[in-house]
Amino acid sequence: MAEALTPHLSALLWWVPLLPLMAGGIIAFLPDARGRIASKLAIGALFVSCLLAIGALVCVLVPGTTHVPSALTWFTFGDVALKVGLLLDPLSAGMAAMVTFVALWIFIYSHGYMHDEKRFGRFFGFLSLFCGAMLLLVLSNSLLLLFMAWELVGLASYLLIGFHFEKPSAAAAAQKAFITTRVGDMAFFLGMIWLHGHSGTLLFYDGGNGLLESGALKSLAGVTTFGGLTVSAAASLLLLAGAMGKSGQVPLHTWLPDAMEGPTPVSALIHAATMVAAGVFLVARAHPIFSLGGDTGIALTATAWIGAITALYAALVALAQYDIKRILAYSTVSQLGFMMVALGTGGVAAAMFHLIAHAFFKALLFLSAGSVIHGCHGEQDIRKMGGLRKAMPKTFLAYAVGMMALAGFPFVFSGFWSKEAILHSAEVWPGGKGPFLMAAAAALLTAFYMTRQALLVFFGIPREPGAHHPHESPAVMIAPLCVLAAGAVLLSIIGTPLWPWFEKWLHGERAEFHSGAFGGHGAMGLLLLSVVIVTAGVGLSWMIYRKISGDSGTPDPLSGKLGGFWRFLENAMGFDAFYGKFVIAPLAFFAGGIDALEKLVFVPLMGLAECVLKLCGAITLSTDERVINGGFDGASTGLRQRADSTSRSQTGRPQGYLRAIGPGVALLLALYFWLSQQS
Amino acid sequence: MHPSHTILFPLLGAVWLGCRTGMSRKGAGRFALVWALLSLLLACGSPGEEWLLPWMPDAGMNLSFRVDGLSRLFLVLTGFVVSFAIAASLRDERAGRGHHALVLVMQSALFGVFTARHFIPWFLCWEMTLIPSYLLIRLWGGAGAPKAALRFFIMTLGGSAFLLVGFLALQLSAGTMDFSELGKLAADKQLTAALAKTFAASGLSGHTLLSIIALAVFLGFAVKLPVVPFHAWLPAAYAEAPAPVTMLLTGLLSKMAVYGLLVIFLPVFSEVLPALAPLLGWLAAATVLLGALAALAQTDLKRILAYSSVNHLGYCALAIAAAAAMQGDRSALAAALSGTVLQAFNHGVIASTLFFGIGILESRGKGRRGLGDFGGLRARTPVFCGFFGLAVFASLGLPGLSGFIGEFLIFAGVFALTPAMAVVSILGLLLTAVFLLRMMRKVFWGPLKPSLADWPDLTGFERLLFGLATAMIAIPGLFPQVLLRFANPAIIELLDLLRPTP
Repeated sequence: MAEALTPHLSALLWWVPLLPLMAGGIIAFLPDARGRIASKLAIGALFVSCLLAIGALVCVLVPGTTHVPSALTWFTFGDVALKVGLLLDPLSAGMAAMVTFVALWIFIYSHGYMHDEKRFGRFFGFLSLFCGAMLLLVLSNSLLLLFMAWELVGLASYLLIGFHFEKPSAAAAAQKAFITTRVGDMAFFLGMIWLHGHSGTLLFYDGGNGLLESGALKSLAGVTTFGGLTVSAAASLLLLAGAMGKSGQVPLHTWLPDAMEGPTPVSALIHAATMVAAGVFLVARAHPIFSLGGDTGIALTATAWIGAITALYAALVALAQYDIKRILAYSTVSQLGFMMVALGTGGVAAAMFHLIAHAFFKALLFLSAGSVIHGCHGEQDIRKMGGLRKAMPKTFLAYAVGMMALAGFPFVFSGFWSKEAILHSAEVWPGGKGPFLMAAAAALLTAFYMTRQALLVFFGIPREPGAHHPHESPAVMIAPLCVLAAGAVLLSIIGTPLWPWFEKWLHGERAEFHSGAFGGHGAMGLLLLSVVIVTAGVGLSWMIYRKISGDSGTPDPLSGKLGGFWRFLENAMGFDAFYGKFVIAPLAFFAGGIDALEKLVFVPLMGLAECVLKLCGAITLSTDERVINGGFDGASTGLRQRADSTSRSQTGRPQGYLRAIGPGVALLLALYFWLSQQS
Repeated sequence: MHPSHTILFPLLGAVWLGCRTGMSRKGAGRFALVWALLSLLLACGSPGEEWLLPWMPDAGMNLSFRVDGLSRLFLVLTGFVVSFAIAASLRDERAGRGHHALVLVMQSALFGVFTARHFIPWFLCWEMTLIPSYLLIRLWGGAGAPKAALRFFIMTLGGSAFLLVGFLALQLSAGTMDFSELGKLAADKQLTAALAKTFAASGLSGHTLLSIIALAVFLGFAVKLPVVPFHAWLPAAYAEAPAPVTMLLTGLLSKMAVYGLLVIFLPVFSEVLPALAPLLGWLAAATVLLGALAALAQTDLKRILAYSSVNHLGYCALAIAAAAAMQGDRSALAAALSGTVLQAFNHGVIASTLFFGIGILESRGKGRRGLGDFGGLRARTPVFCGFFGLAVFASLGLPGLSGFIGEFLIFAGVFALTPAMAVVSILGLLLTAVFLLRMMRKVFWGPLKPSLADWPDLTGFERLLFGLATAMIAIPGLFPQVLLRFANPAIIELLDLLRPTP
């Protein structure tokens, strides 16, 4: 089947992003009352798109098929053609299949979750726009097309975070998300035009002339720019800044926790499974450029360290949060940090494996959290929950699978193997042990805070029994949970060191069984370490939170022990306050200063110029005669007109005169043109 | 049909409106709208050719006109924005016969500016645009309009004086005021020599003389564009003018300067531009940043968008300045020049759409247009919010809408030619998002203000107008070739003049 499909692939591939985009476009024209049609249209389009993406994946399953690029001329400026196209390779096909598959189940879940929403159809329109743009992003064969899709997913994210736009907090969060990521986007934009300026192309693969092919790579690494950086390193750092904005890396992460203002399916799809991973995908896609400086070159080192800092930072902050979605949001930030660590230390396959596994189990966690929130009538504070295990058994099971996958529970969960691969990659990195140690610490904390959350939500007794009557969610919401849970478990098959199919496949090789995979140097030790880390994290948390009191007002057991540090963590280490004080306030001050400059300098200066010009007008009027007699043929018309109109403007009632001049001149002109054509 | 009829056609409508004293307000509006649409059709269909008007054949003075791809784009833009503005002014109770006649006079003059290839008719039309725009601001504007209109009038007139003097000096020395001939002389490096010969008495070198003239001519364009520090007239004029007139001011008058810089300034002064380029570049970068920062500090919606226009046209100035540096490779120059054309055209459409939206807010809000006067309108007027939001996102350069391609090409060109200026100006792109999204949030998002609880959504006619404008925004965003196929031949011609292929 794969062989038969291949010739039509490049045409078929366009339909993968186009179908959801078209569905979004059609829904834009549907009135709100037609919401049910909208959801069917969106789900149908995505379903077909998913089938196509899976078909594309099947085509590249055969090891050895590396890159099937396409390129067509989008426009020509001057005599230069600009080409864009789509690319089919294991990376893009794997991403497209994951995105469509996870998104499809989230769409189905939303059908139940958003049931009572007045603007139900609009919601599906925005979701479709998002999916189309995201698919364009992962399938793009051009950095420009990737950037465009990158901005479009940002728009969809903005619209969906602010879906409940009446809420001031949602409106503020949407704006913050768009602007914070745009800081990174501008760096990305700069990096992109830099690469374009140097190589003359933005296509990734183009029969030897592409950006990621040897010719262009050689020229990028060969040119040195300011600070002794090569162009490739400088452009990589700029692309990395873009990835940091989108993937919520410190210090551009502050928008992601706030983005939880969006409806929960949005948090699951956009702010956990797919869009926020776009930064990781970008670095993975551009990895040939990043790695031009060697394993410990500045671009990869920066990636590794930023990832490590983010992983540890977000894991620490997640310890001290109470909002069920915010904990998951910080956990997403932390996990994206893990992926960056892997990319920085050369483990592209580990990063992508973690990305895909994370998409499944984090979407699962968010959807379960949504089911919890749905069941608790909108309550999000975990201090007010407790004992939900009995009221919502199915949700509990799904959540437990997601939680264990995220915590990295040994052997049967994909998260264990992907995290293990990342730690392995960081451990053998020649650039230092820092990222490895920080990632290991973050892994411990992950197990800790996830256990805390699970204990507070599902175990013990209901802490606010009178406030709500929790109930299990309908089947339309439970079915997606089952599918994603199955994915979170089954994915581990393709990523164990025993049969590292995913890693080999990504590199275009055939995987074989390694029965001795654990016997290699240090591999067994690392595996044991991973087990110990998870056990320690879960165990510690169990000891502390097992017997939490039945009163929702009791402070967290850790808060007393950590004191001021707890409050520091509660405030996410004060980034928002810092930005408020040192970025937003100075910017407002500076803008005010410019405004004052306008009022105090430029406007008065213009007044002065105006006086000078009026004076000139008066002088020209008196010299008018002489100028005409001097015989400046061309000048006279203009000068007279100028002198006349200027001096008239001084009489105070210019409009009367001018109203006469306008048609007069017009008439004369018309006559003149007419006569000169007759001759 | 002779192409000159395209230029005169709107004027004929104006004269007709002027003569028909008995015409009702509505009738005049409908007539003007139909007439403007016919002019748009003519602009689309007029044959692309050159023609000469013998003016003073004995003195070798023939007035040349030309409709090439580039001028066609600007003619179409003019036809579109004028029709759009007339349609937008139909609901204004005060805009009658005189108003529409003046708009049509302006259209004729603009058609002239975008086709004339000789200084005399070009300058005549350039100045002719001033009279109707002055009167439109003065007579139909708000409370501060008389002062703002006078300022606008005197400042732009002052700028034009420098233009005139500069070209007179060129006429005296080079013996021609035809743009193509001057461009050829410049390409052959003969302009400086001619100037040095004519003004030998001054003791200045030809290079210095031409630099002075170039600066004088640039000043004329800089006031109109505007470039910092010649921009101070703009916010008041844009804010005080009624919204349909602001649509004309931002959509068209500023484009005359872009067009002039592109097809007149660059070729004619190519000999001395490299020396002037850094100055022009930093002025342009200052324009970009000042426009964005000042917009951030405004609380009047019209002033926010006025400064936003300053910011957006700053990118055009930036690209012109980068092209003026006369270095770097041909493809970078092609990107900068194509980007300028696209940015000018698309900004004309987007900015006039935005001001159309502000006009709706202003008229329904009984003249209110403060940032804090509205809130939560999206709940009442989702269609309006959707259309307006689309224009806002086009303005901040969202890919897929028309604003993006121009900015991408400009930055790609400018970065390759003068990297530092691109890096500084990129801050402008960021700040644009800040003030535009803040505007969206304050006006349309958040809780609905009780005083706005009875606002109706767009009428059918308003939907139609917004829909057409949206098509004009979306189609070139997805298929930039629809614009570039017209611009490319002219851009290649310009490239050959500035950077001959070896």
